[in-house]
This record gives sequence, C-alpha cells and structure tokens, in this order.
Amino acid sequence: MNKKELMRAYRQMYLARAFETRVAEQYTRGRIGGFCHLYTGEEAVAVGALWHLRPEDYVLGSYRDHAYYLIRGGDPRKAMAELFGHSDGCCKGKGGSMHFCDAGMNFFGGYGIVGGMCPIAVGLGLAAQRLGEKRVVVCFFGDGATNQGVYHEALNMGTLYQLPIVWVCENNQYAIGTSVPRSSAVESMSRKAAAYGMPAETVDGMDFFKMQSVSERAVARARAGKGPTFIEAKCYRYRGHSMSDPATYRSKEEVEFWRQRDPLPRMRAAIRHDFEAEDREFEEVEAEVGRLLSEAVAFAERGRELPVERLYEDLYVDEAAASPTSAGPA
Amino acid sequence: MPKVTYREAINQALAEEMRRDARVVVFGEDVAEYEGSFKVTRGLLKEFGPERVFDTPISEAAIVGAAIGAAIGGMRPVPELMTVNFAYVAMDQIVNHLAVMRYMFGGQVRLPVTIRMPGGGGHQLGSQHSHSAEPLFTHVAGLKVVYPATPADAKALLKAAIRDDNPVIFLEHEGLYNSSGEVAEGLEAGRIGEAQVLREGSDVTLVAYGAMTHVALEAADALASEGLRAEVIDLRTLRPWDQGRVADSVARTHRAVVVEEAPPVCGIGAEVAATITERVFDRLDGPILRVSGADVPLPYARQLEQACIPHAPDVVRAVKRLMQGAW
Ligand SMILES: Cc1ncc(C[n+]2csc(CCOP(=O)(O)OP(=O)(O)O)c2C)c(N)n1
Ligand SMILES: [Mg+2]
Repeated sequence: MNKKELMRAYRQMYLARAFETRVAEQYTRGRIGGFCHLYTGEEAVAVGALWHLRPEDYVLGSYRDHAYYLIRGGDPRKAMAELFGHSDGCCKGKGGSMHFCDAGMNFFGGYGIVGGMCPIAVGLGLAAQRLGEKRVVVCFFGDGATNQGVYHEALNMGTLYQLPIVWVCENNQYAIGTSVPRSSAVESMSRKAAAYGMPAETVDGMDFFKMQSVSERAVARARAGKGPTFIEAKCYRYRGHSMSDPATYRSKEEVEFWRQRDPLPRMRAAIRHDFEAEDREFEEVEAEVGRLLSEAVAFAERGRELPVERLYEDLYVDEAAASPTSAGPA
Repeated sequence: MPKVTYREAINQALAEEMRRDARVVVFGEDVAEYEGSFKVTRGLLKEFGPERVFDTPISEAAIVGAAIGAAIGGMRPVPELMTVNFAYVAMDQIVNHLAVMRYMFGGQVRLPVTIRMPGGGGHQLGSQHSHSAEPLFTHVAGLKVVYPATPADAKALLKAAIRDDNPVIFLEHEGLYNSSGEVAEGLEAGRIGEAQVLREGSDVTLVAYGAMTHVALEAADALASEGLRAEVIDLRTLRPWDQGRVADSVARTHRAVVVEEAPPVCGIGAEVAATITERVFDRLDGPILRVSGADVPLPYARQLEQACIPHAPDVVRAVKRLMQGAW
C-alpha cells in the first residue's frame, strides 16, 4: 500500500473514533436517547475488514454500527441527525443509534438482536450467488453472538451453499459484563467456527494491516465463488458496553494493556516507519475530520423530528395496509 | 370449471408465479427432493431446478432470515416452514426482523417475502403440532396475514402474496389440503385485505376464516332449516382485514358471531368484536359472541381434541342464544 492509501485508512479510523467522541458529548447533553454503543477502540477491525470491498458489496452488523456506516461512505451529517431522531437522519429518525442503514451504499443495517443479522447475511449471499452477481457480503457480530442458536444455523448454511460471505467476529472479549471465558465453552472463536468447514483465523484486530490482509484473502475467496471465510478479530472496546455502562467489571491493568495497543497511534507509527510523514500531515487529516463533524453536529441541531402525522409511513409499501385505528394513541 | 384440491391450487400458484417471475424462489425443509411434507411443492424442483427450488437444513430461524436477505438482494423468496408449530423457533426473525425492518430503516428496504406454513388442529398430533398461530402473526404490524378457506382463494391469494412487496404470512390449513373446489382456468391474483360474503342473510352475521369458514357455512345450513338466515363472511385476510365489509353486514343483521379456530384470549374474534362495537355499536341487538378454540394446548385423545375445535352445532347454539337474548 502506498502512503496515500495508508493516510486514507488512517482517516477512516480517525473519523470513526472522532465521531464517537462527538456522540458521547451529545449523548451527555441529552440530545441523543436510547441505547448507544460506541466503537471506540475497534476501528481497525471495521476499516481493515471493509478495505477490499467494492460499492456493490453488502455490509451488515450489530447495533455498534456507526463505524460501518461512516467507513462505507455514509454522510456524518445524516448519521448525527439520525441519533438526534431527526427526519433527515439516514433512517428518518426511525432507527436511531442501533439501526443505521443506507440502501444506496448497500449497507443493510445495524441490528439490535444479538446474532439476528447472521441469517440475513446468508440471504444476501444467496441472492448474489443465484442472481449471478459478483457481490461479497461482510457480516459483523460480537463474541456474544456466537452463543446464539441462529448464528450456528447461519454459519452452517453459509458453507452448505458455498456463499460469498466474510464472517467477522469482533471479539472484544465481553458481552456487556460477561467475559468470553464465562460464557463460551470454547474461548477461541475461530476454533468454535471451525466445525462449519471454512477457513477460520484469529487475527489482531487492533492492527489495521493484519485485518486488511486477512480480509483481502477472505474477500477474494468469496468473490471467486469459493465460499465463506471466518475472521476472529481480537479487539477491545475502550468504553463501556453502551453509554450507560461505566464498565467497572474490567481491571485498570487490563484496560491499560489494551490502551497500549491502540490502533490509531499504531497506524501513525507504521506510516512513519515506512514513509516520510510529518505530524502536520496527521494534524491536517484530523482537522479536516473535525470540521466535518462540527458541521454534522450543527446540521443535526438544525433538524426536526418527522411530524407525528407521518407515524404510519414506511410500514408497508402500500401505505393503505397500515391500520391507524381509532384505538391507536396517535 | 375444473375441480382442484386446495393442495393443487397452491401448487399451481407457486408454479405459475415461478414461471412468471424468475426472481421467485422456493426453499425450506424437504421442499425439493421430497416435494414437501404435505406434497405442496410437487414437481417444482423438476421444472425449475435446484437454483430456484432447494432444501434447507432444519433451521427455521435461518430459513426466514435467509428469505429476508434474499429479498433485499432482489429475489422474491417463498420459503415454506414445515408447519406453523415450527415458526415459533423463527419468531425472532419473523417478528423482530422481517416485520420491522422496512419501518426501522425509514422505508429503505422492500421485503417481498411470502412465508407459507400449514397449521391447525384435528389430526391427533398433540400439543406441539396442532397450533393455530394466526392471532400471533396478526398482532404484528408490518406483516400481512392471509388464511384462505377454498382452493380458488388459496390460488388467487398466494399469487397476490408473492407479487406483494411486503412480508406476507400465508397460512394453509392441514385439514383443507384434500378439500376440493372450482378454480377457474387462468385465475388471476386476488386482492389481499378483502373479505368475501359467501352467503347472504339478514338475521345474523357469521364471521370466519380458514377451516372455520366451512364450519360457519355448515352452521348457516342448519340455521336455514330452522328459518334463520345467516350471512357468512370469510375474512380470507386477517391483516389487513376487511373492517368495512364486516361492519356493513352487521349494520344490516344487527347480530354477529365470530368463529375462530384459535383460542379466544387476545384473538381474532376479540379484534373483530371490538371493531364492530367501535363502528356500529348503535346497530347491535346484542353482544358479539365468539365461538373459539378451547383455551388449552391441544390434547391427543380424539374426543378431547375435537372438543377443542369449533363445530357447526357450537355455532348454531351461539346464534340461538343471541336470537333469544339469552347471552
Ligand atoms: C437476543 C438478544 N439477547 C440479549 C440482548 C441484550 N444484549 C445487547 S448487546 C449484548 C451483548 C452482546 O455482546 P457481543 O455479541 O460480544 O457484542 P459487543 O456488544 O461486545 O460488540 C446483549 C446481551 C440482545 N440485544 N439480543
Ligand atoms: Mg463482545
């Protein structure tokens, strides 16, 4: 990869990180409601996993979804507006933090049910395969999802039909407050997946280079019609499970251990190691992203909620099928 | 007009829609090689090949999830769940994914998924294989629910369901598969959401759906022999349901009895009754009565099971109570 590409990867990671910082601020101010899960610390996983995708490829994942949307090219203004619950949000304010979506860029969502997106990835893969399209599906989920029944059904089907799927397990080692050793009979997610007959590998998810190289192979394999690949990305979230979790169940030493492996400084050091790069160059990227995010917040502040009269819209394609009965409060 | 069984009518609808639109695919447990556990998918694999008709593992949740993804990806999936009883395993995908996704993504996706599943009791299959799950699905905003009573409706409405851009739960009654009826040559797609008045009458309106439509018709015959004229309405679609047609009828007959195979609590009858009172309360001469399935898991023993399912005499009794003001 040349310097320009690496700077682009750094920018994506920085954007994902800095966006979450703004979200935390706005959440604390009470402008964002509900559950809100930040991706802080896991940026290298998504940026690396999505690095080799083309616009036609499908992406979906869990509720920790702001980063996927932004990395795929989503508009930070629409992302922030969605969090504010405004009509110019990416889902008109009907989705919220956990349910970002942008059909135009083939990002099909943020899902709030642990593991629930896995069979949907199977379906997207099926459609691509049966319609003779060369699309690849990248499906993100957490370590906790590997304990769900439907996850196993989906992995089995993916290999059975040799579908073009890259399964990316973000093993951040916790499902809310329950650590992997306390919830999974097999601690290695790639070993756990091995039963489903596909290449399965564990990589350092705090390292962009490792992530992008393993995903390069996985995406190529999927695109060549050779079936799915499983990637376990060992990573760490620096914040609590969601905005309401102070994360007291993790030791200071453990957090510090993973802070030492922060993917952003590592990326900066790597770029510096391979190329001439001055502080100023990183600062410029960060300032540009900062302006973009300030604009996003300002945009969200100007927005409005969808009027209540439009509550029943988007339920059915033929709007008349919705039944706003006299019994409804609206 | 040719006579066709309910099973054949559904099979015809599937084959015709698959011929009409190459994006229509059929999958599920034992639907391809085995041709369906009720033989509804007979001949489809042979005609359309394994790309469009394929067997799945016993993974109901993933079958529904795969249908959702395939629909987003541009297909029109018509998965079969072997019976409604196994849909419970897939309830998260049906209720918390399929039904909500268009809405929660602000209208960005269309989900033309038709999930077919046979259900209903009466075959001594015991508590885990005899459910009437229609109220559960009908409760869910974002789904459409169809429950045909006749071969012609089964065919016309399945065609409509497959062409519909929304998720449709298509319920088939196991006890009706061998029933036959006239199905017009070249029958076109019907309209989801329209009830049908099967018999006109002026004394009482019997509202039914699925297998209970036949129970209601039988009751109407019995009542006729005693000089009582019952109007029989087959809802055909449970969501959205034809409130107008039912309300108009009750406004004329002033009495209504709802016949439902499922248990009464928070059920179809409750919904119909509440809506009638909201719309035409001042035209009623008495309460709206329900003849419902018993509020227990269905037992195995024949007599006990039969006691759980509404029969024509139960409906006749309810109508007489209503006529006599003896509710
Ligand atoms: C089916 C289901 N059960 C429980 C929950 C509540 N819940 C939300 S997130 C979560 C933990 C998931 O952990 P993991 O899959 O590792 O993802 P992470 O949050 O660590 O990214 C739980 C239990 C849920 N959303 N869905
Ligand atoms: Mg986790």
